Amino acid sequence: MKRFAELLDRLLLTSSRNAKLKLMIDHFREMPDPERGLALAALTGELSFSSVKPALLRTLIMERMDAVLFTYSYDYVGDLAETVSLVWPDGGLANDRDIPLSYAVDTLHAVSRSDAPKVLVSLLDRLEPPSRFALIKLVTGGLRVGVSARLAKQALADFGNVEVHEIEELWHGLTPPYEELFAWLEGLGPKPEQAAFAPFRPVMLSTPVQDSDLSKIDPADYAAEWKWDGIRVQAVSENGVRRLYSRTGDDISATFPDLLEAMDFEGALDGELLVGTPPEHVGTFSDLQQRLNRKVVPMKTIREYPAFVRCYDLLIDGDEDVRTLPLAERRQRLERFVTTLDPARFDLSPIVDFNNWEHLERLRVAPPHPIIEGVMLKRLDFTYVAGRPKGPWFKWKRDPHTVDAVLMYAQRGHGKRSGYYSDYTFGVWKGDELVPVGKAYFGFTDEELRQIDKFIRDNTVERFGPVRSVRAEPDHGLVLEVAFEGLARSARHKSGVAMRFPRVSRLRWDKPPAEADRLEALTAMLD
Amino acid sequence: MNPHKLLHPRPEGLYCPPGDFYIDPVRPVDRALITHGHSDHARSGHGHVLATRETLDIMAIRHGENFAGASQVAKIGEMITINGVRVSFHPAGHVLGSVQIAVELDGTRIVASGDYKRVADPTCAPFELVPCDVFITEATFGLPVFRHPRPEDEIARLLKSMTQFPERSHLVGAYALGKAQRVIRLVRDAGYEDTIFIHGALARLCDYYVSQGIDLGKLSPATIDRTAKTDFSGALVVGPPSAFADRWARRFPDPVAAFASGWMRIRQRAKQRGVELPIILSDHSDWDELILTIRQTGASEVWVTHGREEALVRWCELEGIKARPLHLVGYEDEGDA
Ligand SMILES: [Zn+2]
Ligand SMILES: [Zn+2]
Repeated sequence: MKRFAELLDRLLLTSSRNAKLKLMIDHFREMPDPERGLALAALTGELSFSSVKPALLRTLIMERMDAVLFTYSYDYVGDLAETVSLVWPDGGLANDRDIPLSYAVDTLHAVSRSDAPKVLVSLLDRLEPPSRFALIKLVTGGLRVGVSARLAKQALADFGNVEVHEIEELWHGLTPPYEELFAWLEGLGPKPEQAAFAPFRPVMLSTPVQDSDLSKIDPADYAAEWKWDGIRVQAVSENGVRRLYSRTGDDISATFPDLLEAMDFEGALDGELLVGTPPEHVGTFSDLQQRLNRKVVPMKTIREYPAFVRCYDLLIDGDEDVRTLPLAERRQRLERFVTTLDPARFDLSPIVDFNNWEHLERLRVAPPHPIIEGVMLKRLDFTYVAGRPKGPWFKWKRDPHTVDAVLMYAQRGHGKRSGYYSDYTFGVWKGDELVPVGKAYFGFTDEELRQIDKFIRDNTVERFGPVRSVRAEPDHGLVLEVAFEGLARSARHKSGVAMRFPRVSRLRWDKPPAEADRLEALTAMLD
Repeated sequence: MNPHKLLHPRPEGLYCPPGDFYIDPVRPVDRALITHGHSDHARSGHGHVLATRETLDIMAIRHGENFAGASQVAKIGEMITINGVRVSFHPAGHVLGSVQIAVELDGTRIVASGDYKRVADPTCAPFELVPCDVFITEATFGLPVFRHPRPEDEIARLLKSMTQFPERSHLVGAYALGKAQRVIRLVRDAGYEDTIFIHGALARLCDYYVSQGIDLGKLSPATIDRTAKTDFSGALVVGPPSAFADRWARRFPDPVAAFASGWMRIRQRAKQRGVELPIILSDHSDWDELILTIRQTGASEVWVTHGREEALVRWCELEGIKARPLHLVGYEDEGDA
């Protein structure tokens, strides 16, 4: 448990992606089965226990310490799990020997709901504070260490020197502690069989159009489609098993019972998940947010925001894998396929006719629907391959939204920018205070980076490690024009909004912060 | 006698009227008894200072030779009488030369602990328990959440990180007096023999510790030497925490920011400071040490000085020990943690 707790704590405080990968890879290398597999399961959210409620933790700790001392402690620390992990009386057992994570997991899995408190107490009595913290976070379901399931899978891929999509393709057929997976990755066993029903197929991704790309390719070789602002999904229905996957292979079926009900086909579709009533009404990304990241979706929300898939591609047709066919053929099959489906739940992403790039450019900047965020270009003779090959698929986004925001905090960059403050948190006005609305770390030239860096150093108000807060007052500060792709409601941000893909588009040295945008300007974009 | 007549707080610091002296005064006074060399306890400008040899040396290093009008060495365990008040100095285990000061008159003994810890520290003499009627305790980490782990385990995590990330430099923030030398000594005890690079602000105090017989191994200034092509890859660098937000820190490649402090027990504290590798290592008592010490002194009354006074006072009440906060001002909450 100690090593697992140590891994969690290091991941929590490490911001660099590479360092996180290294920490996970080392853990997989150093720990035996089943410990490493359970750690992986914890990081990918595959471990669950009949959950312990915060109220139970409070009750348990109140039986063990003075309520006033607990209140002082909790007020100071601010996090219940952490407070309890620290103030829990030692009992002198913790130093004896470490409890393996597997022991804790097995014990908690075997226990009945009524015995859970007793078992939890006996485990806490035998652990040291960091391990107690890890255990409490596990059983309360609040394990958040800044590692996505995707990143954990990337660490596995690096560990075994395989492509991450190989892991993703296998993932849903595997269960903790993944011993056969580790054996394969270490070259000690065969590749696990694809055991899942209705498995996920790694998706094909596009690259953004660069200035010179279009001059090198022939419009006749490509089909154009609108790029819809929803989330990319894969709907798979095989042998009676129905699953809806996110782009990274997360199973999101439970969140969309309405859609699953309509998946009465045999095959695998690639498309964009949207809400509304197709083809006319498509909800905004913010509407779609109402349906995302929820374990349980209220019926009312399901009725108000019905989900549907706008189909881009067909991967499995009946029991035939058609990924090896060229797009032109897959498209013909897709068009036939979609006609057999419920039109309220599945419709076809239309092909955009165009004569030349100038024509497409005109269409792109004035799309027929507000939920369109650009066009996709797909090579007609290309097969469906996993990953992001450059050439067959391009995305050509519509010009993004912009907002004038005020620089509030700056953080030191990484790698060759580590000598500069290059990560910026910016805010807009809400009443007469600034509220942060996003973070950007690119979009400026090296020369501009030097100018901003100098501004930050000359105007630092406070320092917190690598972060500085800078002067941001109505008549003194730096205004950044920030471009972004979309906006969503967010309960986690003080401002109530979260930006997608923000970047600095211009430095407005000329503009006083007082004239920067107000939060209302952003919230207006939500609807 | 009423202990408040023997010692009580004044704006200048803790004052002894019959002896006419102060303990760790925060403003210049005629006669000061100093527990240890941390700057919030050992200020310059007093008429007469009584402290251990080490504390006087440290004050001279920090404030210059003329830090006081006159100075007098207090030997550990020796009884000194000042205007009829009996005074003795006992090791506090906090930093080199640190003491608790026992003050006694008419059968009443008060011990002013200054700052102290109970856990073994290879860079200073261990804490000595002095039974007393009134114990004046610090409370820097006076909350039940502060429970310092074993120092060796914390140092092991640092060394492990250095093997895990051999291309990155590891920057350890540690207060210049005591903590820095303790970190270096513990790293040596753990078997690390390479040169350790130190910030200029640590140089004189490290030299002084070495002159007092505390071997710190090979130290080298963390300055860029263009001819030697040293880029600090894989280096262990120790500096005062304040230096890490500075230009100075920018010379190190992709550094792992570490901070050796008792505050690092709280994840949010580490996060706020941008610390990637918290090293929970303190020269102050944790909660368990504080309450153990209060019990062991047998004191019937406890006065709580700087830090988180309310929790410790509450604990004393629950234990049936008379307790009150002294509300002394001028001591830093975070200063030498
Ligand atoms: Zn001190
Ligand atoms: Zn102090």
